[in-house]
Amino acid sequence: MASLNRMTLKEAADGLRSKAFSSQELTEACLGRMRAVEGQVHSMLQVLETPAMEAAKEADARLSSGKALGPLDGIPAVVKDNLLLRGSRTTSGSRILETYESPYDATSVALLKAAGAVILGKSNMDEFAMGSSTESSAYGPTRNPWNLAKIPGGSSGGSAAAVAAAECLFALGSDTGGSIRQPAAMCGVTGFKPTYGRVSRHGLMAMASSFDQIGPLARSAEDARLALSAIEGEDPLDATSAGRFRYVEPRLPSEGLQGLRIGLPDEFFTPGMDADVKDRTMEAAAKLEALGAEIVPVRFPSAAYGLPVYYVIVPCEVSANLSRYDGVRFGMSVPAPTLKETYSVTRAEGFGREVRRRIMLGAHALSSGYYEAYYLQAQKVRAKMRREFDALMQDVDLLLSPTSPSVAWDIGEKFDDPIAMYLTDIYTVTANVVGAPAISAPCGFVRDLPVGFQLIGRPFEDGLVLETAKRFQDTTDFHLKMPML
Amino acid sequence: MHLTKDDVLRIAELANLRLTEEEIGTSGGQLSSILEYVGQLSKVDVAGLEPVAHITDVSGVLRNDEVRPTDRIVRAALLDAAPEREGDLVKVKTVFQ
Repeated sequence: MASLNRMTLKEAADGLRSKAFSSQELTEACLGRMRAVEGQVHSMLQVLETPAMEAAKEADARLSSGKALGPLDGIPAVVKDNLLLRGSRTTSGSRILETYESPYDATSVALLKAAGAVILGKSNMDEFAMGSSTESSAYGPTRNPWNLAKIPGGSSGGSAAAVAAAECLFALGSDTGGSIRQPAAMCGVTGFKPTYGRVSRHGLMAMASSFDQIGPLARSAEDARLALSAIEGEDPLDATSAGRFRYVEPRLPSEGLQGLRIGLPDEFFTPGMDADVKDRTMEAAAKLEALGAEIVPVRFPSAAYGLPVYYVIVPCEVSANLSRYDGVRFGMSVPAPTLKETYSVTRAEGFGREVRRRIMLGAHALSSGYYEAYYLQAQKVRAKMRREFDALMQDVDLLLSPTSPSVAWDIGEKFDDPIAMYLTDIYTVTANVVGAPAISAPCGFVRDLPVGFQLIGRPFEDGLVLETAKRFQDTTDFHLKMPML
Repeated sequence: MHLTKDDVLRIAELANLRLTEEEIGTSGGQLSSILEYVGQLSKVDVAGLEPVAHITDVSGVLRNDEVRPTDRIVRAALLDAAPEREGDLVKVKTVFQ
């Protein structure tokens, strides 16, 4: 039997039901692993040992009396530190919220608890989810478990590293432009961004509200599906959440992928891509083809504008959303003679460099005289992209691309070059711009670092994206490889 | 376009951010390079397209305008988060002199 903390969620759920081990043993195995590797990896900002062991004990009581809640009952997980969890601090990786106590549970967190999951703690992240490397956390970077000199990706780098390093069985992250999928690719785990609206954003600290979506990082697409099932659904506290009647179940043959058409968009295979990453991606496409899928080249011309659209609209939404950090209602407050100075001094001291940069970009793009040229134009291009995407998806069922143009880079390498950092999200932002579901699944290694490929589906066809990735994983074992740490 | 020092100060004022002398010097160049990169959007033909603030077809979600009680513990936690308070009130510096 594999060490308990290295199991897939599915294996662990079966083991708990057959009484091969208890949730307390499983939870202790994860906590023990954290004690052993956190000094090196730093995937966690807070570990909640006592509440976790209590939750595991309660799960064991349910499991032994035949009242188990479902597949997540007794399964240890971590949640990204921008999700409110009562009894924990929620900092979003920012100094400005260093002492902020969560007043309530985020809906997704409450649903995880209601499903019996054991929450071990809060994972590290780029400050307010702005970054692609987890280096902008005010509490120090997370390191990639495959190579401690490398970044784990971001912004959900702590969640990805915690799954990769076997510190938990799955994790929740948030994805605004690739923040679940890109770190999943860099750390060799499976990361899924649901359709916008599938998971309630209530209790998620807002970055860019029309892009943000919560989703799972796990050891397999099947595990991601189990986690998603627990957290999805309409929520009266999030008016953009969508009811289950919207969900489209996958139409696939009982075996293989016959009848499935997968498009390879030219625009996603750009010159800046690492040739070896491209090779691994094409090998994944060949495997899907061998399973019966038809692989067809397609054009998605406006996808080339995904990144600039993203880096106009997101900073605009950021500048509005983060205006709430004013030193008055919550968070850090630096005393100053006037109210206006209290705002500007508190925000200068509390926010890190990348957050200040994006707030300023947004304030500029929204200001009088610039609004039409930047924000309004970007919103029109966004509409154009969605229209083109919808037309394209009448011809194919899924799009396939690399998740990121490269494998994990050195810590510090791109930290001072915002555009180089932004370009690492070039293939992931599109799904957020059009609101579509997308997964990153492991498809091999380049220079001993994991590579992920991405599948993008039609809105609310999350099931097809997950099932296609599952069938790929049924015939490959890249997703089960773990770092020697 | 290249942002001048005056532009940077105007943006910082709008954003309620106090900048150090060093940041006033470096921000113009950094923001300008990002604006130059996103400037390619101006070339996209968007004739006949309406801007979208939101990507889903969800719109006009309404609820009854009724007072609902807040859990007492949540209420206390929300108030406790305020840096300065008096009783159940959040204390703010004078707005008008």
